[in-house]
Amino acid sequence: MTVNLNRQGFTGGEPEKHPAVGAIRRDFASAIVEVGSSCGQVWVTVQPERALEILRSLKGDPELDLEFLSDLTAVHWPGRKGAEFEVVFQLYSISKNLRFRLKVQLEEGKEMETASGIWMTADWLEREVYDMFGIQFKGHPDPRRILNPEQFDGYPLRKEFPLRGRVRW
Amino acid sequence: MARQEIMTINMGPHHPSTHGVLRIILELDGEVVVNAVPDIGYLHRGVEKLSESKKYLQVLPLTDRLDYLASGSNNLAYILAVEKLLGIEVPRRAQYIRTTIAELTRIMSHLLWLGTHAADIGAVTVLMYGLREREDILDLIEEIAGTRMMPTYFRPGGVVRDMTPGFTGKIKTFLDKFDVKINEYERLLSKNRIWLRRTKNVGFISREDALSLGLSGPALRASGVDWDIRRDEPYEVYGELDFMVPVLEEGDVYARYMVRIREMRQSSRMLRQLIEGMPEGPFIERSAKFVMPDKERLEGSIEAMIHHFKLVVEGLAPPRGEVYSTIEAPKGEIGFYIVSDGSPKPYRLRIRPPSFINLQSLLTMAKGNMLADVVAIIGSLDIVLGEIDR
Repeated sequence: MTVNLNRQGFTGGEPEKHPAVGAIRRDFASAIVEVGSSCGQVWVTVQPERALEILRSLKGDPELDLEFLSDLTAVHWPGRKGAEFEVVFQLYSISKNLRFRLKVQLEEGKEMETASGIWMTADWLEREVYDMFGIQFKGHPDPRRILNPEQFDGYPLRKEFPLRGRVRW
Repeated sequence: MARQEIMTINMGPHHPSTHGVLRIILELDGEVVVNAVPDIGYLHRGVEKLSESKKYLQVLPLTDRLDYLASGSNNLAYILAVEKLLGIEVPRRAQYIRTTIAELTRIMSHLLWLGTHAADIGAVTVLMYGLREREDILDLIEEIAGTRMMPTYFRPGGVVRDMTPGFTGKIKTFLDKFDVKINEYERLLSKNRIWLRRTKNVGFISREDALSLGLSGPALRASGVDWDIRRDEPYEVYGELDFMVPVLEEGDVYARYMVRIREMRQSSRMLRQLIEGMPEGPFIERSAKFVMPDKERLEGSIEAMIHHFKLVVEGLAPPRGEVYSTIEAPKGEIGFYIVSDGSPKPYRLRIRPPSFINLQSLLTMAKGNMLADVVAIIGSLDIVLGEIDR
């Protein structure tokens, strides 16, 4: 097997110079909500309806080859009306040594299509997001809680969930 | 025609080979595994929720308790993420010390894996041997950090105290011994006919499935994917070290065993370079605003006292932003995704746990294998439930 040891990746700087940002601008310009960067890392926020299509294209694009879903999680922003949840995909390309973050803003109660058809690893990660935040993934093969017991009430990582004193297990 | 019936049996949560409290619901056709559904969460302590209520420094001891067999690696991953948020530069000596501890931790974790994995399959001698050498590393970590298992030795900006005098000499003595001992482990297993029968062509996972399942670390490298974060996205001083990344194509339990054995040899090689090149200088960046002042200065300097007081009471507050930082832990890619809202507590702290994600591949590996092989497969995944359940 040949390995290219001079894989440069993205070394920080202008978010627009990130190859994945360029690819999304080219093919899905209308779906972009926001492009941001922090600590030299770049993300793009896209519309929830088109997220799966974009993820599939990022994975399949030979120029990007973002074939590895490193992590999938969510962040709760109760103050942001209409975009209370942010689902975060951490992608990585082993062949290009490139990291990229894709975010999707969701309104409370809205569901999102499952990514488990693209990456098998999304199965458990989405179960965890459902368990902790209550975000439903449409078409998920096994939509159950994963860390908390089945009969558990509430979603612990939501900001309104108290740290102590609510339920006893 | 024979009657076909699927039998459902319960493995765990108190099965010795599950290394903690893992329950697997197995569906068997005779002795062949048809389905394996892991049931996890018995050790769930809500570390991510807890972190949101703690200051950045208070979160650090929680990370020790994720993968409690390789605490140093978790500390390092967390500290690197916080440092990226704060934008702190770390002195070279501190980087060397941290890399040294991270590699010692890797050998320690792999030794316990080797011992328990072999004991699960029936070779109990290796466990005794492995624990013997692991004890030496625990002594080294105790000397430098004060505790054996939960060092909490790193801080943003460096390490909490300098190495003790003669510490590098002690590492060298250990390595001289270890390089001989590792041949002993291999002599017990690598060509052992029983071991080969139990591990070769068992628990196969293809390159494509491994990537799709997000497998990382030695388990992924045993399926032919040449990816090691230490080499590809070098952190600390890995970029200056000369080492090889072992990759095997077979994708079975034996390949995962072999990759980890070779990794231990590479870690030993790295450690020799690290103690050889250990630079002099400060072990923590005292000038940075976010670093605790020297304890001895507290009595004599009012500024140091105020600085100390403010850091303890208010805590360090990184600017608004977010970071996803990953390192190569002994079990695979451990990542911390921290969102900061400018306050002294993380707004959201997400841990990407390698064991959790690696465990998901159990079904793919176990399907079609015998019931007894499930034990070998779990062992070859090298999971720690403290990290899976968090």
